[in-house]
Amino acid sequence: MSEEQPLTEVEHIKARSRHLRGTIEEGLQNRTTGALPADDTQLSKFHGFYQQDDRDLRDERRHQKLEPLYSFMLRARVPGGVITAEQWKAIDQIARELTGGGLRLTTRQTFQYHGILKHNVKPLIQGINKAMIDSIAACGDVNRNVLCNTNPVESALHKQIFDDASALSTHLLPNTRAYHEIWLDDEKVVDFAAEHEPIYGDTYLPRKFKIAVAIPPHNDVDVNGNDLSFVAIIEDGQLQGYDVLAGGGMGSTHGETDTYPQIAKNFGFVKPADICKIAEGVVTTQRDFGDRTNRKHARLKYTIDDMGVEKFKQHVEERSGVTFEEPAPYEFTMHSDRYGWVENADGSWNLTLFIEQGRITDLPDGPQMMTGLLKIADLHGGDFRMTATQNLIVAQVDATKKDEVEQLAREYGLLRDVSVLRENSMACVALPTCALAMAEAERYLPDLITKLEVLLDKNGLSKQPIVIRMTGCPNGCARPFLAEIAFVGKAPGKYNLYLGGDGKGTRLVKLFRENIGEAQILKELEPLIENYAKDREDGEGFGDYLVRTNVVPAVYDGRDYHKNPAGYLSSGI
Amino acid sequence: MSTQPTHGTNAGLDPQLLDQLNQLAQTLTSAQLSWIGGYFTGLGAQSGGSAIPARAAASENVLTILYGSQTGHARSVAEELNEAATAAGLATELVSMGKFKEKNLKKLKYACIIISTQGEGDPPDDALGLGEYLHSTKAPKLEAFQFSVLALGDSSYEFYCKTGKDFDHRLEELGGQRVLDRVDLDVDFDDGADAWIPQAVEAMKALIPEGGAPAAAPAFGAFGAPAPTANYSRKKPLKTRLLACQKITGRQSEKDIRHIEIDLEGSGLTYQPGDSLGVWFKNDEELVSDLLKLLQIDPQTTVHVNEEPRTIHDALVETYELTLLHPAFVTEYAELADNAELRQASATTEPLQAYIEDRQIIDVVRQHPAPIEAEALIGLLRKLTPRLYSIASSQAEVEEEVHLTLGVVKYEAHGHYHLGGASGFLAHRLQEGEDVQIYVESNDNFRLPADPGKPVIMIGPGTGIAPFRAFLQERAASEAAGENWLFFGNPHFTEDFLYQTEWQEFLQDEVLNRIDLAFSRDQEHKIYVQHRIVEQATEVWQWIQRGAHLYVCGDESRMAHDVHQALLDVIQDQAGYTAEEAEAFLVQLRKDGRYQKDVY
Repeated sequence: MSEEQPLTEVEHIKARSRHLRGTIEEGLQNRTTGALPADDTQLSKFHGFYQQDDRDLRDERRHQKLEPLYSFMLRARVPGGVITAEQWKAIDQIARELTGGGLRLTTRQTFQYHGILKHNVKPLIQGINKAMIDSIAACGDVNRNVLCNTNPVESALHKQIFDDASALSTHLLPNTRAYHEIWLDDEKVVDFAAEHEPIYGDTYLPRKFKIAVAIPPHNDVDVNGNDLSFVAIIEDGQLQGYDVLAGGGMGSTHGETDTYPQIAKNFGFVKPADICKIAEGVVTTQRDFGDRTNRKHARLKYTIDDMGVEKFKQHVEERSGVTFEEPAPYEFTMHSDRYGWVENADGSWNLTLFIEQGRITDLPDGPQMMTGLLKIADLHGGDFRMTATQNLIVAQVDATKKDEVEQLAREYGLLRDVSVLRENSMACVALPTCALAMAEAERYLPDLITKLEVLLDKNGLSKQPIVIRMTGCPNGCARPFLAEIAFVGKAPGKYNLYLGGDGKGTRLVKLFRENIGEAQILKELEPLIENYAKDREDGEGFGDYLVRTNVVPAVYDGRDYHKNPAGYLSSGI
Repeated sequence: MSTQPTHGTNAGLDPQLLDQLNQLAQTLTSAQLSWIGGYFTGLGAQSGGSAIPARAAASENVLTILYGSQTGHARSVAEELNEAATAAGLATELVSMGKFKEKNLKKLKYACIIISTQGEGDPPDDALGLGEYLHSTKAPKLEAFQFSVLALGDSSYEFYCKTGKDFDHRLEELGGQRVLDRVDLDVDFDDGADAWIPQAVEAMKALIPEGGAPAAAPAFGAFGAPAPTANYSRKKPLKTRLLACQKITGRQSEKDIRHIEIDLEGSGLTYQPGDSLGVWFKNDEELVSDLLKLLQIDPQTTVHVNEEPRTIHDALVETYELTLLHPAFVTEYAELADNAELRQASATTEPLQAYIEDRQIIDVVRQHPAPIEAEALIGLLRKLTPRLYSIASSQAEVEEEVHLTLGVVKYEAHGHYHLGGASGFLAHRLQEGEDVQIYVESNDNFRLPADPGKPVIMIGPGTGIAPFRAFLQERAASEAAGENWLFFGNPHFTEDFLYQTEWQEFLQDEVLNRIDLAFSRDQEHKIYVQHRIVEQATEVWQWIQRGAHLYVCGDESRMAHDVHQALLDVIQDQAGYTAEEAEAFLVQLRKDGRYQKDVY
């Protein structure tokens, strides 16, 4: 199929990088620029960080004869998003000393730092490693941070499943010593030829790879936003094994109909002991058959769709030595977080905090959220769990400390009364730092939600959860294509409006209106919301209502995503 | 000082001719040599010889294919057009707008422009500069210019192909002749491009004379041909206009430093790297009003300046120094206002120096207002003097312009905001396009080595960087073989790295061979240029031994002294000299013209 196409430039960069070393070390020494050499900016992702620049200042600085204000965004590898209070204190201090300030929780259950100047990257990586956190493979064409359900009622069972998620993360780490050499001053590997990447090979994967572990009925990890998911099958309080879902994913490109978000396919049931073998089988099959000539067509979903599920499964079975059993039934009911206090089986408590857009800062004239969390960390000594919807759980709080934790959370603006609409909203970082963003997301969605709240209140829907997500581009970091209402940036102030997710992350949206601004967005949504308020069936979600009343067709396969069957109000491709 | 060429090639000169040149060179001053260098460069350009640097080459009978591309689509179409045109026998020049030198625009005759539009009607990044230039007042007349535009865009956006439309419209407005009507292509541009390319080739081929041989007239670089030596001076300044005033420190910087461009077109005014520019300025009218109010003087009061009657207001704006506070003013004003406190403050020298340091004339008057006569006030004031700034450009690069690097003096003191006289005028009061009076102050004590093969070490923190921008431009344009090393410092890397992108380009082009930077506030311990010099002691000494010329520009009171000491340390350390021997060595370097300073 693609034999005659040339490999992408990134493939060549990986191939000549000597297992991700490139010229990163030399680039760090160059004092004339805050940037790294272009090739190394591809490699740095495998070490956990992206080069960015403040796009708000780009034009101004060009006139000032200054290069763009380059800085780096570093994302940690934190399987399942679990972090101890002691670790929290360490990452807080690093944020204050070596970054632009603040932390950003992300949709991959981890935190990232923004605004790290080049000369601070190395001290920062050394700092987090001292706190037993690393950033290996947090980005790049490898398996990234492994997601895991955060909020189980059965603590013991959760521990078992979380350990499985951690094992997957460890099993799929790159083998190269590059990270330790460059950042931790480990001795250099002398005989490079003897250094092998047994799972990835010298050119790693064709594209990023995401794994999630879910515990039904909660789909907080959004299985369909991941290349590979393991859905825990539990009977009588015992973990039986996992259903293996493969080929989900969000990224697409505006106007290119051969790119699409996709719902994962259920390959079947496997035993807990086999998950690393299965993961390796899927990863190596993708390594060998994924498209390395076109990065927009390189994710696992395309490999599976092009090859066919049965043939792909066969490869995985051959490589892993594991045979898939018939899928076990399970059901998802929601893909948002459950806020507030929840009691664990052991009598301790978890408090889920809504962190708007995952942004934790001390604002000069606003809430001192960062300081508040530091105080909570000091007080409770348990752990924190970052969720896949950019929120934070103060976990395993002793019942005697519950009131104090809550008081601190309220005092520092971490716990406040917000609408269910806002609680179910999520946006990616976008402008000004993300190089891919075409429009605002994080900085704008809160304002748009405020306007939509008015609309919902007017129609008596203020208690109705509706999953709303916004991204600055169609790559889908905030998993918009699984939302009930999604906004995807096209240009400053302009968004594509998508509708029709099912509120539990198992159906794709459909493009409803293209390239519209705020006034038009509100105008389009108003009649739909009015009708929904009048005509919805008992317990019917907004997305389900839109599908039932033929506003948009139901999309369960990405290959139907661009089709326009007759009889619907939606338009465009 | 030897002027024997020691580096580089002889460009095919036979030994006899070379000998003649060397004999001539021995008899000339460095200023004369520089002039002659420019002269021959100009001649070389006219003859179409290899003296034309490739990047500036543009000849009459060439089709220039100019593209502005964000995603690479426009570039790929441009490349296809280039292939087709070459195959049809046209001489072509394919160039990205990002690499295109704006000033060469007026020398183009035949051009195909392929440009995309982003988002809501924005140009691609690499076309931003050219687009702004085209739409600015600096845009040239394009009377001999024949062009056609291919615009790429996405019709799902409101401003479809806007950039292409803008270019097309503006090029015509500037006098260009449209060869083909503009074609706008949507995201599915392939077919449209395939149709357009042969049309464009055919149309251009019909216009462009056979053979892409270089034209007889110089296609670029008119500078170099001797211009009439214009007779401007401090007393007879050139009245010209401000072209640009651009802040070049970042948003978070504590400093406000401006890059200033002033027009010399048609004036015949010339200068050399190392020269300074004298700038006449006017005082702030608001400041004048405030001062007169405090002194209870009617602004319309007539005073006599050089026996000419004028209003006090005009005299203070145009003729008298109002910002620099002179000790004599304090002393005399104390008497005139009969103020005991001031009299006491001005009684002894040291307190008086401290008193005037952060004060301007208005601060004295504001603190001790007294009704005095207009003529008496004039009697206290000194005449306004022009300010001198080290020139930050070389005419080999900027031709009929002169550039400055201006630190704006502004500060809060004594409850009021203060602005420097000349810097306030240039940076705040003068609008682009408005008149400014200037003259060149020649400085033969700050000159590049006459032998272009000699290495140079330039030490210029802060605005001291200015003449070194001129030096580098000159060395780049003349393709001087000698190596160049720059030391620069300022508070913060991200905010205060003056001309950062230009140094990066010079480094990339290997015109600048080394740069050492000292950003004093980016770490706990303050690091200054003198520390970097000492760090690089071995290399610095090697360069000196290879005949390097040393230049220091900037703050006299501390920096120049600290740098001098650092150089002494390097020499003592590397050569094993005593302190006296090292000092003597530097004295000798100065005598040989190899250690020059422009400090203030």
